[in-house]
Amino acid sequence: MVKTPIRFTLNGSETALFVDGGANLLDTLRRGVGDLSPKYGCGQGTCGTCTVLIDGEPHLSCLTLAETAEGRSIETTNGLANGAELHPLQKAFMENFGAQCGYCTPGMLMAAKALLSKNPNPSREEIVEAISGNICRCTGYEPIIDAIMIAAGQLRGRVA
Amino acid sequence: MLTVETFDTLVQAASAMTPQSRYLGGGTLVMRGVNYGDQSFQRIVRVKDRSLREIRSEGGRIVIGAGATMANVMAASETAFLANVARQVGGPAVRNMATVGGNLFAEHPYGDFTTALLALDATVRLSDGSEQPIESFLSSRSSMRGLVASVSVPRPMGDEFRFRKVSRVKPKGVSVMSIAVWLPRQGGRISQARIAFGAMGATPLRAKSAEQALDGVNLDAQGIERALSVATTGLNPTDDSLASAWYRNEVAPVHLRRVLLGEESR
Ligand SMILES: Cc1cc2nc3c(=O)[nH]c(=O)nc-3n(C[C@H](O)[C@H](O)[C@H](O)COP(=O)(O)OP(=O)(O)OC[C@H]3O[C@@H](n4cnc5c(N)ncnc54)[C@H](O)[C@@H]3O)c2cc1C
Ligand code: FES
Ligand code: FES
Repeated sequence: MVKTPIRFTLNGSETALFVDGGANLLDTLRRGVGDLSPKYGCGQGTCGTCTVLIDGEPHLSCLTLAETAEGRSIETTNGLANGAELHPLQKAFMENFGAQCGYCTPGMLMAAKALLSKNPNPSREEIVEAISGNICRCTGYEPIIDAIMIAAGQLRGRVA
Repeated sequence: MLTVETFDTLVQAASAMTPQSRYLGGGTLVMRGVNYGDQSFQRIVRVKDRSLREIRSEGGRIVIGAGATMANVMAASETAFLANVARQVGGPAVRNMATVGGNLFAEHPYGDFTTALLALDATVRLSDGSEQPIESFLSSRSSMRGLVASVSVPRPMGDEFRFRKVSRVKPKGVSVMSIAVWLPRQGGRISQARIAFGAMGATPLRAKSAEQALDGVNLDAQGIERALSVATTGLNPTDDSLASAWYRNEVAPVHLRRVLLGEESR
């Protein structure tokens, strides 16, 4: 079967590999590259746990044809921490019970990161809108929203 | 086994389409099919041309490229009157992917954006340059040959255009129905109203009896009464996991009234 070469940056690193016809970006990242941080939940766009950023914007990697990522910049949860230093969003999720089973967490983190990069001081309603494509079956959402509010405050403090 | 064929232009892609091919817009529905083993196509055809995403004014109309995403529609100043429609399609990630072209083919209960285009009397332009009114396009879309290049709509004045999506989960729920109305007025009275319902039939449909009943009336509770009584004439809803056809028919006039009178939804 024909394999197609593709290239993109993944969390800042140049990445090149061959993909099968019809491969989605989620499988490509997980099986092809070995970045297991985006998760497979449904494969049909409803759960959001496969959310990655493409050129800074949230996309569902399970519904993205891998070849369309050619030349683009992809960010996953694996790229959030700076060495051993967790990203403020990750810390806030840990400290405020934003994760229980953790299955939704990578998608939530990426959706939150995309929001905060555009809107450093979001309201609760804006956070609800930003994570509306991400399903969590554990937390009841409130601790996730709290965690994003807290991380937003910390990130604003850093810049100031 | 799937093959992906990538072309520089839409015209090239159109000529490469076979009965086993599926054109890829944003892929939110096509890739769902791929992930779930849809055997009805063996080839995915895609186009690299970024100009398919363009949104521009052209002689008093707004032309929206078939490849424009819901996020593109929300961001463009030309389509400010459609931002509220695009915002109600899926969640943020879906809106970064879902295209206007794909929405034209999305099956029940999807097609919220197309419902708005239908109320605005959009024109659909195909890759061969031919044009078709959206209503006839929708009735024959399953057998359409060629690919969609763009759609164009007039720019409605002020509050003439309104849209509402009725869903059980907010934000992001799938439509129980969506309603788009375009209410041009002459001397305060409605003239040539357009009313379109989504998720009330196999494709978005016009409520023509209600449109006619609005002709020449004032936009108030009394004026719209007759239109509400014939709101569902010509619609053909089905039962699905969100609502029965019976329920949809019962509540359609209520939601239409709220849209026409600008009442808050509850
Ligand atoms: C989680 C989720 C939520 C959703 N919520 C909504 C919603 O609220 N409202 C709604 O309306 N839809 C919704 N959808 C459905 C879908 O995302 C949208 O209808 C979207 O606009 C489809 O566009 P696409 O570009 O992704 O289509 P694709 O999957 O790329 O294509 C869909 C179909 O259209 C054809 N096609 C696409 N472009 C063209 C073209 N230019 N010419 C000819 N044929 C073409 C394809 O061949 C295919 O058959 C949702 C989907 C998901 C996964
Ligand atoms: S796995 Fe992609 S949305 Fe569920
Ligand atoms: S923490 Fe379990 S799904 Fe969200």
